[in-house]
Amino acid sequence: MKILVCISHVPDTTSKINFVNGDSEFDTNGVQYVINPNDEFGLTRAIWFQEQQGATVTVVNVGGADTEPTLRKALAIGANEAIRVNENPTDGFFVAKQLAEVVKAGGYDLVICGKESLDYNGGMVPGMVAGLLNYNFVNSCTELTIDGNSAKAAREIDGGKEIISAGLPLIIGGQKGLVEEKDLRIPNMRGIMTARTKVLTILEPVGADNQTKIVKFEKPAAKSAVKLFTSDDIDGLVNALHNEAKVI
Amino acid sequence: MSIVIYAESSEGKIKKVAFELASYAKKIANSLETSVTAVTINCSNTSELSKYGVSKVVKVNNDKLANFNAKAYADVLKQAAQKEGSKVVVLSSTTDSLYLAPLVSIGLEAGLASNVVGLPISTSPFQVKRTAFSNKAFNITEIATDIKVLSISKNSFGLVENSTSLTEEDFNPSLNDADFSVKVESVEKSSGKVTIADADVVVSGGRGMKGPENWGMLEELASVLGAATACSKPVSDIGWRPHSEHVGQTGKPVATNLYIAIGISGAIQHIAGINSSKVKLVINTDPEAPFFKVADYGIVGDAFDVVPRLTQKLKEFKAQNS
Repeated sequence: MKILVCISHVPDTTSKINFVNGDSEFDTNGVQYVINPNDEFGLTRAIWFQEQQGATVTVVNVGGADTEPTLRKALAIGANEAIRVNENPTDGFFVAKQLAEVVKAGGYDLVICGKESLDYNGGMVPGMVAGLLNYNFVNSCTELTIDGNSAKAAREIDGGKEIISAGLPLIIGGQKGLVEEKDLRIPNMRGIMTARTKVLTILEPVGADNQTKIVKFEKPAAKSAVKLFTSDDIDGLVNALHNEAKVI
Repeated sequence: MSIVIYAESSEGKIKKVAFELASYAKKIANSLETSVTAVTINCSNTSELSKYGVSKVVKVNNDKLANFNAKAYADVLKQAAQKEGSKVVVLSSTTDSLYLAPLVSIGLEAGLASNVVGLPISTSPFQVKRTAFSNKAFNITEIATDIKVLSISKNSFGLVENSTSLTEEDFNPSLNDADFSVKVESVEKSSGKVTIADADVVVSGGRGMKGPENWGMLEELASVLGAATACSKPVSDIGWRPHSEHVGQTGKPVATNLYIAIGISGAIQHIAGINSSKVKLVINTDPEAPFFKVADYGIVGDAFDVVPRLTQKLKEFKAQNS
């Protein structure tokens, strides 16, 4: 089984979010980058398939050379090889086009993406890849097993879950549950050493028009300070929730 | 040319999110001098949509669509949008609609903007405001394609009544076997409980609750408010509460009218997941808890003292105001 894990290179959750050039670009100054958490659950599940079912795992990212440390980290965690499509993307559709090309060319049976990335929160790339290739697709996937040519998956739904079956090839929009947080892997020294010599292929992007563009960024308006009530003034609180906030 | 919305239903009843979509789409329709068409799937009673500005319902009834199936549903929406000659398709942010949106977008060769939080800033060029960076920022996105797909963040627009006369039409889209290649084997859903996704109020507990045996008081508070219960990540990690209640960055997102955080310090990952809630009330013994920095209302106090009294007061309040 050939698995492709799509890795998004995103600012760590604790990063300060600021913008430069007239609020047209994200300020990368001082930002620590990580593997997108939703992708990391998928990567760890893929490594499980590699160890238990003999799968090979390729990781891919669409981005500039500055994203390579994130791909090397994925290799250190255990992926067999990496691909970087050499373009700084500004649109989810563009990324999906690139990934669809990589999937087609590589003949992957299973493609695991995170259901959304922490930076732009578009939540569109996995579904668009599936739509472009007309492959089976399970989003918000919390459990995944593969038996031969067929997959069983659980999908989170509002208020519960669905158990789904689908044939390969299959695209997954994954999240926590594919593995638990405690099972996420931290690269060890041996992994880091071998990652240096693993193959990282650089591909040039295929032509694709952007469907959207970001005109500018805004930060939320400064929040007014919290209104505190003493624990003896429950009446005051209930009154504020009703008359001021109008939420009860 | 009309604006098409997907009006989700559950057990034959239109969901509240659909009324919000209708209200939103009606505003855009007015500025583009067109009307709103709702697509429903296996829903018999659709008349209430007219209250929120929908003037036509395209009804699809098909036993094969009894279970949600993203590929098939996306195909239905695509064909309905094409039939209506729609240039703008509006979806909600439920799990099902988030699943559909990119498929509809590819099907219609339409650019997609998700997490949209307001009316278009301009319709030519078509620009919308959406949240990004886990609610720490917004961006203005311009959609360049002829057809546009939007998914609207829950509770970002609200309900606006706009009574319209309604026509209904049956529609039989052509579906093929490939639409059903992903099969739903079973659905596990707790019935009769308010879900986090549907709730207008969420009552959430953290480690400050000291143990699972103390959740009764949160459930009581929730029941007075018709709220869903939720919890922080550490609470679900230690197994006090099920994972399905975990809200935050890696758990469920919450965009509710009122979020009540009890005994939750407010780790940045937790805040990221709940920050699009309109009003946040924090009850915590620690005045330095980071949650107070993002809260609208707060009580520095012991949950075990405050929550039962709050529940009591709300009971009295509800009795007087119902």
